[in-house]
Amino acid sequence: MGIFAGEHTRVVVQGITGREGKFHAFRMREYGTEVVAGVTPGRGGADVDGIPVFDTVAEAVDRTGANASCVFVPPGAGADAVAEALAAGLDLVVCITEGIPTLDVMSVLDTAKVRAWRGRVIGPNCPGIVTCGKALIGIMPGRIFKPGPVGLVSRSGTLTYEVVNMLTSRGIGQSTCIGVGGDPIVGTNFADCLAEFERDPETEAIVLIGEIGGQDEEDAAAFIRTMTKPVIAFVSGRTAPPGKRMGHAGAIVSGSMGTAESKVKAFREAGVPVAESISEIADLVAGVLR
Amino acid sequence: MKLHEYQAKEIMRRYGIRTPRGEVATTALQACEIASRLGVPVAVKAQVHVGGRGKAGGIAVASSPEEAKFAASRILGMSIKGLTVTKVLVEEAVKAAREYYVGITIDRAKRSVVIMACGEGGVDIEEVASRTPEKIARTWVSPREGLQPWEARALALAAGFDRAAIPSSGAYLASLFQLFVREDASLAEINPLMLTEDDKVIAADAKITVDDNALLRHPEYQALSEEDTDDPLEKEAHRRHLTYVKLDGNIGVIGNGAGLVMATLDAISAEGGRAANFLDIGGGARADVVKNALELILMDVRVKAILINVFGGITRCDEVASGLLSAADSVGVKVPMVVRLAGTREEEGKALLRKTAVVALDTMGEAARHAVALAAGGR
Repeated sequence: MGIFAGEHTRVVVQGITGREGKFHAFRMREYGTEVVAGVTPGRGGADVDGIPVFDTVAEAVDRTGANASCVFVPPGAGADAVAEALAAGLDLVVCITEGIPTLDVMSVLDTAKVRAWRGRVIGPNCPGIVTCGKALIGIMPGRIFKPGPVGLVSRSGTLTYEVVNMLTSRGIGQSTCIGVGGDPIVGTNFADCLAEFERDPETEAIVLIGEIGGQDEEDAAAFIRTMTKPVIAFVSGRTAPPGKRMGHAGAIVSGSMGTAESKVKAFREAGVPVAESISEIADLVAGVLR
Repeated sequence: MKLHEYQAKEIMRRYGIRTPRGEVATTALQACEIASRLGVPVAVKAQVHVGGRGKAGGIAVASSPEEAKFAASRILGMSIKGLTVTKVLVEEAVKAAREYYVGITIDRAKRSVVIMACGEGGVDIEEVASRTPEKIARTWVSPREGLQPWEARALALAAGFDRAAIPSSGAYLASLFQLFVREDASLAEINPLMLTEDDKVIAADAKITVDDNALLRHPEYQALSEEDTDDPLEKEAHRRHLTYVKLDGNIGVIGNGAGLVMATLDAISAEGGRAANFLDIGGGARADVVKNALELILMDVRVKAILINVFGGITRCDEVASGLLSAADSVGVKVPMVVRLAGTREEEGKALLRKTAVVALDTMGEAARHAVALAAGGR
């Protein structure tokens, strides 16, 4: 099982003729993901190493049965690409692109609500999603994952790899790992992922990797109170100074908002063990899995 | 990207929001001339990208051009939270009968734009929000829609604005929303919004922050961009296009990915050390980016040890290693360097470092511990 992506997933890569799009389309395919189509407006009819390219997402869906997209287009075109994918009726749109204007992302998500586009957006500015052994959509390094019972959701890319690598080397496999993205506005938040993990029969425990900025961790902590499965949390940026943007557009403590202390406190109050260091995460997970 | 008050007011005027008349001066003499042109009293206000300038003495009221000159000569060149004041806004001093707050920003949790109004202005709005949240009226509007003047009036009423201020405040809020969307702001704030004794509404202070991600479609703001720092290292980082934040410790840090670098800083702190900086080389960095980053860290005289932490997903460890070696070749490394490489092409990367003085370790925890010990030993 796993969540959002799986054996049923058929991916169209938007921006497949670009350098990043092509490189990662091949890596996804190597992992075993069904990459059935690519889209580059004006390049329809082309072929990227056997993957047919279409001018529109709708055409790609019509001809190949694609049901998920991975977006690699430049930031100026990012929101438009996500909207096109949603309008074409895709179930899942994973937007890797970094640097899309915040109000554009907000507008697309709002339009989706008004027009009842039902697809789920992950990202933007995210590393993607992998349901281990079944489908990888995005830029995560496939070889570090190992199928198993732990779900993982994170706002960071490399920190996710770090933790997954540690879990895998301890023999602890993963069901689905999701990077929700480092921007202030993202399509899928922690609580959305936790709700799905709670329903997923293959997931037995969840690791949540948060960071400073916003209040998604606090909202997640409130949701965890309603869950039956154990969640282990980690929050990065405990030593980050206020008012400074730490790499991610969304990773900033503004005034008293978005501090690591507030997030750690929210988790602790919800009964969630918070790892003090990266290496402690695997110990805590091993503990709850027994 | 933060705009100065005078820039924000200029933009607000374009959207029909009334502001005090004023001009920018870079010398005391100019300030004197502006004051005599405008007529006194005037306010002389430091233009710096930090909060709390009033408390720091960066604002003065002058009742003659001579006083304005004196105030400007005092404020120009002063340092506010580490930033040198190079410009002052000289504007007509406005007398308030009442002060309010209005602000528009992004609500991340609601994925919407939030408009806030408060019957008390000139206050620290965050403090009001945490102590007496009921004093702030809020409404959420999608950027695809507009804020209608009637909604804005209702908000001003709910916030407890005086009746005389309602029509103009409503119109200004609707304009401010238009400004927010068209200019791709992430914050547009008037604090205080003043009701004058002759019942006019005027923006006495103004703040606009533009979404960095939207600068690609606003070349006019790119031209205004000035570094909100006097720090030579931060300036150099900007010039080198590196994602860098200066911190107050003595361990130089380079890593890939914002979350991983933040966690590295935390690991250093957990081991009892202090990082000198945050530096993210991003995903897929090539050798030249690594070299560029290391050269910058080596310019920092406070640095007693360097910790490089890379988890290779799309970044290749051998690229990182060769970048480190070429930087070491070109500038020379006089401080100890601890490198932790994992992931893609880890073995190749480690092999490159084997013949060097670099300490290569396998885990982030070990590497942090080692770097802290080296920094302490070298003190």
